[in-house]
Amino acid sequence: MKDAFGTPQSLLVLGGTSEIGLATARRLVARRTRTVWLAGRPSPALEAAAAELRKLGPDVHTLAFDALDSEAHEVALGKVFAEGDVDMVLLAFGVLGDQSRDEGEPLAAVRVAQTNYTGAVSAGLICAKALQTQGHGSLVVLSSVAGERARRSNFIYGSSKAGLDAFAQGLGDALHGTGVHVMVVRPGFVRTKMTAGLSEAPLATTPEAVALAIEAGLRRRAEVVWVPGVLRVVMSALRHAPREVFRRLPV
Amino acid sequence: MSADTSPDTVPAPPGPPTSVSGWGRTAPTTARLLHPRSYEEAAAAVRACGARGAIARGLGRAYGDAAQNAGGAVLDMTGLDRIRTVDAEAGVVVCDAGVSLHRLMEVLLPLGWFVPVTPGTRYVTVGGAIGADVHGKNHHVSGSFARHVRELELLTADGTVRTVTPGSELFDATAGGMGLTGVILRATVQLLPVRTSLMAVDTERAVDLDDLMTRLQSGDHRYRYSVAWIDLLARGARTGRSVLTRGEHAPLDMLPPRARRTPLVFRPRRLPPAPAFLPEGLLGRASVSAFNELWYRRAPRHRTGELQRISTFFHPLDGVPHWNRVYGRGGFVQYQFVVGYGHEETLRAIVHRISRHGCPSFLAVLKRFGEADPGWLSFPLPGWTLALDIPANLPGLGALLDELDEEVAGAGGRVYLAKDARMRPEVVERMYPKLPRFRSLRRELDPEGVFRSDMSRRLGL
Repeated sequence: MKDAFGTPQSLLVLGGTSEIGLATARRLVARRTRTVWLAGRPSPALEAAAAELRKLGPDVHTLAFDALDSEAHEVALGKVFAEGDVDMVLLAFGVLGDQSRDEGEPLAAVRVAQTNYTGAVSAGLICAKALQTQGHGSLVVLSSVAGERARRSNFIYGSSKAGLDAFAQGLGDALHGTGVHVMVVRPGFVRTKMTAGLSEAPLATTPEAVALAIEAGLRRRAEVVWVPGVLRVVMSALRHAPREVFRRLPV
Repeated sequence: MSADTSPDTVPAPPGPPTSVSGWGRTAPTTARLLHPRSYEEAAAAVRACGARGAIARGLGRAYGDAAQNAGGAVLDMTGLDRIRTVDAEAGVVVCDAGVSLHRLMEVLLPLGWFVPVTPGTRYVTVGGAIGADVHGKNHHVSGSFARHVRELELLTADGTVRTVTPGSELFDATAGGMGLTGVILRATVQLLPVRTSLMAVDTERAVDLDDLMTRLQSGDHRYRYSVAWIDLLARGARTGRSVLTRGEHAPLDMLPPRARRTPLVFRPRRLPPAPAFLPEGLLGRASVSAFNELWYRRAPRHRTGELQRISTFFHPLDGVPHWNRVYGRGGFVQYQFVVGYGHEETLRAIVHRISRHGCPSFLAVLKRFGEADPGWLSFPLPGWTLALDIPANLPGLGALLDELDEEVAGAGGRVYLAKDARMRPEVVERMYPKLPRFRSLRRELDPEGVFRSDMSRRLGL
């Protein structure tokens, strides 16, 4: 169960090697979390992440989960919920793709969309249903500021996150009053291996800062969290910029 | 409903999923709320509760998640509200578990009887008072509520109703057992005789914590009721400055002649309720600090024999319905712990830490407990107990309270389950040494785990 500050005792991270996911898990383990499920494609990296987390004390399990294999989601995730209540699900998987390459390779672009959007739709719906049966729990969805308004420089990734963001907001409204809380997290540029080698955007942040914002959001039972918070204002301005202007902005 | 259907055989209709939270309004979860109106309906509700179990709920004054059951059934017991018999000679009342202490006072005070123990609110049910084994300002004299219970009827997991008497294992597990042994349906309670419905109150101020502790220690035995309100925002030399109020039920000859004609009248005043939506952060450091200052200043340095209504003396906050809303949407936590006599250093250290952290807590309460009560999970221990309210959104609060838990457990003390919304299971085991016994009795009595709450899941009770 979550405590008065919204901190979960059990956590399921979908995208078990995600740096933001693991930073969040570390932060929550330091407070209350005693059981962690790391779901991801079986790999040495996933096992290493689990081993690293285990050093902090909690029971850590790994689970074979592939965002692209929606057919298998129900069975894989059902196994976790059958073991006991999950107080929080962190939907942290996603790929950035390579915009310039993907524009020329539609199939690669589709894989980005399938991972970030359709994979999240099936996993999100399955988790939402299980949480609803429990009568409690938080579904925390890692969206991105890139989904707020698609930019020329990464609209494939941006559009997939826009879909995910809209899906999560709608799901949150659908689950309102069921005891399940859906929180959309919109980080800006986060310094991780996913963004390594890219030129850093202004207001860049770290996985630890995102984890901190998630913890604070859980306490407030927030529905949307921006990291850093000032991005809410910045993106509001960008969102309302005329198309002519937006197109020319160096963002 | 057709005429031949007895209301007793109609199962309580399954309620729609309802969001349920404790008085502190943190961590709400959703459950089916059932409203049994008879023992049969309660039994039917327990039998049909489903895989996620059931828990009884009274007036929802437990601060945390004790009367929540996510995804399962919550039995709202306030429909079982009949006072069955009153023995006005011996001062014994038999009533359903959903009867509130407020109702008991309305009925019993005119007959010259008072509830043996009342917590800081009279809007608790008799069932809840036993389940949390509540205490009042008279703990040093009278012990906790369950000490005055002569008998109770308990609906257990197998669907049977058992009569449970003090001294039995089941009684000691049920008193303070947070509803996890079964649903209390009815109780027989021994009352306290009173001549008037007024209190004779002595008030004094203490300039700091040591002064307060000395005054409490030296004078408590002279009073049936004793409590001190501490200003936890005062720092430095004034840390722990407080106002002591101690009193007795006023004898008839203390009343002015006019009041003597109706000495047992009970008419508590109520203000309009707190509005449903209040901004968060209303109770910040500045406002609470100003309130505490004012409250300390207006208290007399020393005054004896002041006549107060029962509601003013025991239940000042009941005057404002829904006062818990002043903390806004984020809610609040109450932290109440006890440390034994001889551990005054721990108490001092904790008071200083809270004061340094600047918790905007108005009206923290310090009191001395008497003998421990027999309930396995009963809270009181002979020692000092401090209770304070803190807005849940205060930064760093979770970590601070975890550290205080460690100090309390290290000193052999404990934290009150009825107030808890945030403890860790490991620390509860250290605070309540009879918890293993409680668990094994539950396993025997309720192997399927029918009775469950969010608290039992969180703390592994």
